[in-house]
Amino acid sequence: MEFFDTIVAILESTIRVSVPLIFAALAGLFTERAGVFDIGLEGKMLGAAFAAGAVAAVTGSVLTGLMAAILISVLLSLVHGYASITQRGSQIVSGVAINFIVAGSTVILGEAWFRQGGRTPALDADARFQTVTFPFADAVKDVPIFGPIYSNLISGHFILTYVAFLLVPFSWWVLYRTRFGLRLRAVGENPGAVDTAGISVIWLRYRAVICCGILCGFAGAYLSLAMSAGFVKGMTAGKGYIALAALIFAKWRPVNIMMACLLFGFLDALAIRLQGNPLPFIGQVPVQLMQALPYILTVILLAGFIGKAIPPKAGGVPYVKER
Amino acid sequence: MSNPYAKLPAWAEYGLIPLVNLVVAFLVAGLVVLLVGENPLKAAYHMINGAFGRGEYIGFTLYYATTFIFTGLSVAVAFHAGLFNIGSEGQAYIGGIGVALACLWLDKTMPWFVVFPLAIVGSAAFGALWAFLPGWLQAKRGSHVVITTIMFNFIASSLMVYLLTRVLKPLGSMAPQTRTFEAGGQLPKLDWLLSVFGLDVGNAPFNVSFLLALLAAFGVWVLIWRTKLGYEMRTMGFSPSAARYAGMKEARITVIVMMISGGLAGLMALNPIMGEQFRMQLDFVQGAGFVGIAVALMGRSHPAGIIPAAILFGMLYQGGAEIAFEMPSISRDMIVIIQGLVILFAGALENMFRPAIGRGFATFGRRFPVAAQRGA
Repeated sequence: MEFFDTIVAILESTIRVSVPLIFAALAGLFTERAGVFDIGLEGKMLGAAFAAGAVAAVTGSVLTGLMAAILISVLLSLVHGYASITQRGSQIVSGVAINFIVAGSTVILGEAWFRQGGRTPALDADARFQTVTFPFADAVKDVPIFGPIYSNLISGHFILTYVAFLLVPFSWWVLYRTRFGLRLRAVGENPGAVDTAGISVIWLRYRAVICCGILCGFAGAYLSLAMSAGFVKGMTAGKGYIALAALIFAKWRPVNIMMACLLFGFLDALAIRLQGNPLPFIGQVPVQLMQALPYILTVILLAGFIGKAIPPKAGGVPYVKER
Repeated sequence: MSNPYAKLPAWAEYGLIPLVNLVVAFLVAGLVVLLVGENPLKAAYHMINGAFGRGEYIGFTLYYATTFIFTGLSVAVAFHAGLFNIGSEGQAYIGGIGVALACLWLDKTMPWFVVFPLAIVGSAAFGALWAFLPGWLQAKRGSHVVITTIMFNFIASSLMVYLLTRVLKPLGSMAPQTRTFEAGGQLPKLDWLLSVFGLDVGNAPFNVSFLLALLAAFGVWVLIWRTKLGYEMRTMGFSPSAARYAGMKEARITVIVMMISGGLAGLMALNPIMGEQFRMQLDFVQGAGFVGIAVALMGRSHPAGIIPAAILFGMLYQGGAEIAFEMPSISRDMIVIIQGLVILFAGALENMFRPAIGRGFATFGRRFPVAAQRGA
């Protein structure tokens, strides 16, 4: 039974660390499918986490915090959109720029406003998300096998966790079953055709970028309002890049994205668990190897050794209507 | 006809537009200072004073600039071939292994001028090795170099944590770093260079790798504008299909360019490891690879632009420390913002003011047609 409990514990923390990855990777899915590459997921998440932490600390309301996170993240997305859609600048360069601007300003502003070494004040229970307990979760806790799975794995997460997992089929539905989704995917493959059909490529791409901003806002709010009680400087710690890796690893498909995020989250949870403990059959695995594994897997995948990841055809190319 | 903008005279193209972009970046940075409740002009004064006020400060400014020249050149070389190497950070980090190995091996028995060339070769080789794989993967397997180099940055950082905590750390020590090098692993300072101008270098770690950086800048200029490979690189960067049509071997050029770029990034490790700390520490690169992106964009990927851009960022780093001392609410993270703003305005938004400036020239040109013609 102890082994089973360990597995449930690992899976539980897998879900906890996968949620921001799912939000961010789905965010990336929307822009990249529309042909706008986004390296700035990390920065948008960080900016959103800071806005959420700061506003929730001042107002004491978790929803205002979430709104602030989404607002800041959408604004940053619009900067990226303005640079890469309207000004036809390099999308990569713009994303890199946003990451740096946010990394610096969250520390400077946080220190100037709160003077707690780049943190925002610790949040009270009202100002952060609470875990949701499903009906009968306590009652069935002691039932073998089913009990721990229901009460620890399925019940007892933050509301945002369920939102994240519901967003996966929702994103699939939007992208594959709505007119907007069809056009969005078309604009990432062949913007000329979309333009010929009389649909504005610019406006479509802006809408995709705004979707990305909203989702990154959720990712950031989850970090500072749910996972921890307040913002800590640099709290995204490369999660935006892992999400980017997951997006590529999933070959730009919603359900695959969830799987990839869960896999990378699992590796993360396992790495924490295994610190100092040897693995059966393999022996001691350096923690650093486990931490690097998502990146290594993505490199191997990108090289075409496990299937082939083919990015949207018009990705990274600014659209010029007429020459 | 891929450029939708009007052609401008060279001085506007290479002088005016970068300058306007830079000024806008600094104006926005000034807004952040205002938002924090400090006076931007006072901050600027402290920064310039902190960067150039004394010989020691100038020494520090040039020490940082040395680092940024290497990483700026690294990014620029790749830019010329149309490749965006975000991995200079990781390549510089791995390059440190080459420096550390040379120093650990010979520092007790050999003088610095024997160890230094070996460390140069070592750092360049390790940096190039770390860039080889992304280059090869792009050339042969079609995986995008931007994504792979980002991934390689993270892999490099995990690898270095492993090496410094398990392999390169001396027995019985807790700190994740190599042992301190003896005299052979310490580069001499360039105090004589500053004393020519009547300045005292003081404690600043301004060392001979600065001269190597200048040499590397000259080498990059020769490579890009005076060799066959450089011509092929520029052709490929300008139009990959033209390069293919002309029979240039794209895969070969991509791999070589990435290795040169990685080698230049690796050289950066000499400056902090042999020039300042005399040991390899965790995270000794400290984001210099990313500063290289800003430096390359600002310097328009030309060595003659990269050196002043690197000195400007050296000034930001050294002067930024001074601001942080005088104005506690503005920590050194301000530099990260400025770096981001420079990348945004000199890189992604480089064409924002071009139409306005172009219109200005058109109006000016109608009134003074001769001057405009000569300018064009």
